[in-house]
Amino acid sequence: MTGRSRLLLPLLAVWGMLLAGSAHADAASEEAGLKVAKERKARDQGWDNSVAETLMILRNAQGQESTRDMRVKTLEVDGDGDKALTIFDSPRDVSGTAFLSISHTTDADEQWIYLPALKRVKRIASRNKSGPFMASEFAFEDLTSFEVEKYSYDLLREETYEEMPVYVLEQKPQDEFSGYSRQVLWIDKQHYRVHRVDFYDKKGELLKTLEFEDYKLFKDTYWRPMTSLMYNVQTRKSTDLITKSLEFGVGLEDSDFDKNSLRRAR
Amino acid sequence: MQPRHGWISTVLTHPRKLLVFFLIIWGALGAGVTQLVFNGDYRVYFENDDPHKVAFEAIQTDFNKSENLSFLIVPESGTVYQPETFRLLYQLTEAAWQTPLSNRVESLANYQYSYADNDDLVVTDLIGADAVSDNDIAWVRRAATSTPEVAGRLIADDGRAAMVNVTVQLPDGDPTAAVSRITAFARTLQKEYSTQFPNHTIMLTGVVVLNNAFSEAAQRDASTLIPLMFVIIAAMLAVLVRSVFAAFATLLVVFASIGMTMGLAGWAGLYLSTATVNVPTLVTTLAVADCIHIIVTTRLMLQGGMEKATALQAAVRQNLKPILITSITTAIGFLMLNFAAVPVLADLGNLTALGVMIACVLSLTVLPVLLLLMPFKRPRASQKTAGFFDTTGKLVVRHHRRILPYSALLMVLAVVYAFNNTLNDVVVDYFDSSTTFRQAVDTKSDYMGGMATINFVVDTEEEYGIANPATLQKIAVFTRWLRDRDEVNHVLSFSDTQKRLNQNMNNDDPNAYSLPREQDLASQYMLLYEMSLPYGLDLNNQINMDKSALRLVVSLDNLGSKELISLEQEARKFFKKLAPELTLRAASPALMFAHIGERNMQSMVAGTLLALVLISFLIVFALRSWRLGLVSLLTNLIPAAVGFGIWGLISGEINMALSVVLSMTLGIIVDDSVHFLTKYQAARQSGKDAAAAVRHTFSTVGVALATTTVVLSAGFAVLILSSFLLNADMGLLTVIIIVAALIIDLLFLPAFLMWLDNQASQHKQGDFT
Repeated sequence: MTGRSRLLLPLLAVWGMLLAGSAHADAASEEAGLKVAKERKARDQGWDNSVAETLMILRNAQGQESTRDMRVKTLEVDGDGDKALTIFDSPRDVSGTAFLSISHTTDADEQWIYLPALKRVKRIASRNKSGPFMASEFAFEDLTSFEVEKYSYDLLREETYEEMPVYVLEQKPQDEFSGYSRQVLWIDKQHYRVHRVDFYDKKGELLKTLEFEDYKLFKDTYWRPMTSLMYNVQTRKSTDLITKSLEFGVGLEDSDFDKNSLRRAR
Repeated sequence: MQPRHGWISTVLTHPRKLLVFFLIIWGALGAGVTQLVFNGDYRVYFENDDPHKVAFEAIQTDFNKSENLSFLIVPESGTVYQPETFRLLYQLTEAAWQTPLSNRVESLANYQYSYADNDDLVVTDLIGADAVSDNDIAWVRRAATSTPEVAGRLIADDGRAAMVNVTVQLPDGDPTAAVSRITAFARTLQKEYSTQFPNHTIMLTGVVVLNNAFSEAAQRDASTLIPLMFVIIAAMLAVLVRSVFAAFATLLVVFASIGMTMGLAGWAGLYLSTATVNVPTLVTTLAVADCIHIIVTTRLMLQGGMEKATALQAAVRQNLKPILITSITTAIGFLMLNFAAVPVLADLGNLTALGVMIACVLSLTVLPVLLLLMPFKRPRASQKTAGFFDTTGKLVVRHHRRILPYSALLMVLAVVYAFNNTLNDVVVDYFDSSTTFRQAVDTKSDYMGGMATINFVVDTEEEYGIANPATLQKIAVFTRWLRDRDEVNHVLSFSDTQKRLNQNMNNDDPNAYSLPREQDLASQYMLLYEMSLPYGLDLNNQINMDKSALRLVVSLDNLGSKELISLEQEARKFFKKLAPELTLRAASPALMFAHIGERNMQSMVAGTLLALVLISFLIVFALRSWRLGLVSLLTNLIPAAVGFGIWGLISGEINMALSVVLSMTLGIIVDDSVHFLTKYQAARQSGKDAAAAVRHTFSTVGVALATTTVVLSAGFAVLILSSFLLNADMGLLTVIIIVAALIIDLLFLPAFLMWLDNQASQHKQGDFT
């Protein structure tokens, strides 16, 4: 055996292994991925309801800013997607507008909006889930509750992210109306909190990067990021979502999240 | 031998040393060529603080970028409203999302149409996956024809053609690679869907395809016609001087001059652009002219019975002064381009100046050495051409009184026709009808209008300012004003969408197709519609982030720079009267080019004319004669006037490339007059009278000037074959001007000199010089 082929063979073998590892998600890594996703959901159950005051800062490529203030009321629903009611406080022109979203694990989400100037509630079609929320870099689907059934999974690797051991998890949306081909998440092993998400568009190019910062612990159990930074790699626009206050167990119930409640929302 | 020319005998006694030295320098400098990168970005034409560039970039920042690529779909049946075409539109729209760097795809299929359904607002794609029943088609037709955002933009008003429009985000810096990647992908789709839907013609247009067509045309010419040009120059040279070796030596000097110049450009960190690619051609003209002077004179000396080395020395000595004067003055002329408005033109000027000087040095050193070493023999019977110039010289002397008024008349005529020319750049006219790009543009023109656009941005400078009913009303009026103009094919205006939403919110009552009356209502309609749109179809291409500004996209005929600018200015005037409290911004690549083209053409033409005047003053010093300097002013300016006069007769439109022609031919024009005048002056100083001096000049430089002109004309004539009209026109006008320069210098100039000398001798009875 010549010196060259002696070197070549192990190289080829390593290359083959790399190929197998990256290109083909095998059953084992899919299984492991699903397990991580399930654990992530399991760690975040039982919080019931919450209300948050949120500031959204939109930024264009030049760094010019525009802000929106809103309150978000959320209700946990067992065995299905959560319900959320968003009330806009600013800009002035849309102040008092309320947006109700009832997400489902497999069915299309339901969305209604109340327009105070028209004094009417309108239903919004669900094809828009890939579209921008309030002209921000967040799409509707980035803001609805996480449900295991919405994606298929593949555990890509385990590594260290910002000094934390993490799982790097790939998830592919099951819904054809999603704007993404896949997402890659960095989830810490200790608390199963998501620290970063890379979003890939339908043609497979990196579209956006979302980073969660300032995680706070609520009711000794539930971790929530106080800051979410979404950066659009392609347009270089960004949106910051800043939680100014967050309270759990404020006594919200189902009747606070229907079409009629929208008109009452203040 | 004059001692001050001792260097030439030194050079000729150590020919091999010089050649080695030359090859080392060529290698060292030429290696810089590897450092050259091509930058095809149109932004190289603009200074960073160019107001139109700044305006356009501001709009690009506020709204999404608007570089686009369009699939034009023409069904054979004559109507888009049929199941087959609907399927094609639906599938191609889906597939187009895979275009590299795309972030928006719009077509009749995915237009976000809104309508009322009981109390709900439905926002939906116009064409669904299998929505091709008669009912579906009738519904789409109704919707499309009644929606101004669709009719005329995504489908032709008469329904005979449709568009799939892809917006791409080109990278900063040089987009050339991205542009060719995007175009390649689009062509694959075009091919795929053309086979799949055989009864449809699918064509590609748009800014990206235009950019690609530019670089493809330039590359095609660079790889076919330009080499052919060199071949023809060498062949003509070989025939005219009857020596293959002389032609080879000339070509070597030309290539070395180009190689060293471009190599130095590379070492200096300059890049190649669509302007600086002309440098090799410019350097070629003068390098060829320099070499021909040496070769022709050497041949004359050899014919006179001189020994080869002595003949070469004599040829260099005789031509040293005129070649130096021509080169230095031409170089200074090109340095004038530093005052042009366009940064890359400064590079073009500096590099050409450098190249001209290199060519000068090489033709005076390397060329004689090559001729010495190579078998460049005394030609046998070649008195014919020289005899022809002797005869012509005698004829001119005899008839100079008649030549003068006739040529003066012709010149006046030419100048009159030169005023026929207007500066106008019609970008799509750069491509002739044999190119697929031009065919696509012409087809689109037939069905849906041209590809030029202008973005008008109405800026209220306050958050949600565009929801103000008074502002919306004014935008609607402005939109109507634009639509009423003949050259405008389509206006995309959000005021239309507001009207439709108002109608939707009033149960689709046609009477409610009007602007909402309250600001918060308008804002909330906007919010509702905005919240209903999927990825890539948001409103950011029309409304900025804080809703303080609104963009109207105006599609136009394929206008020239003049009409574009005049539309912009009239629109500004109208808007200022309509809404003095609002700011109107206007920008687009087309408009940017219209402005820069105008400024550039003016500064190019003015700069070159100024250079010619300056050169004439330098000639005053070089020849130490006011009179000859002033004469050279005439002979330098007149060829340009005659050239553009003839151009005014046959075309009358001057674009950016043609404004470069003047500087391209500058070297030859100056070369002709300098060589004629120096030899004439020398003859006069040696005691000959005006008539004898003219005859002498004819027989010495006539052959060289004619040879240069014929060789270069034949070379540039090759460019006329180009389907890239930018190059074809450039070749044609160059030929016209250098031929005109020769005729003027051989007919008008001697007649004029004799007339002047007669005047002078009548008045002063004194000596000339």
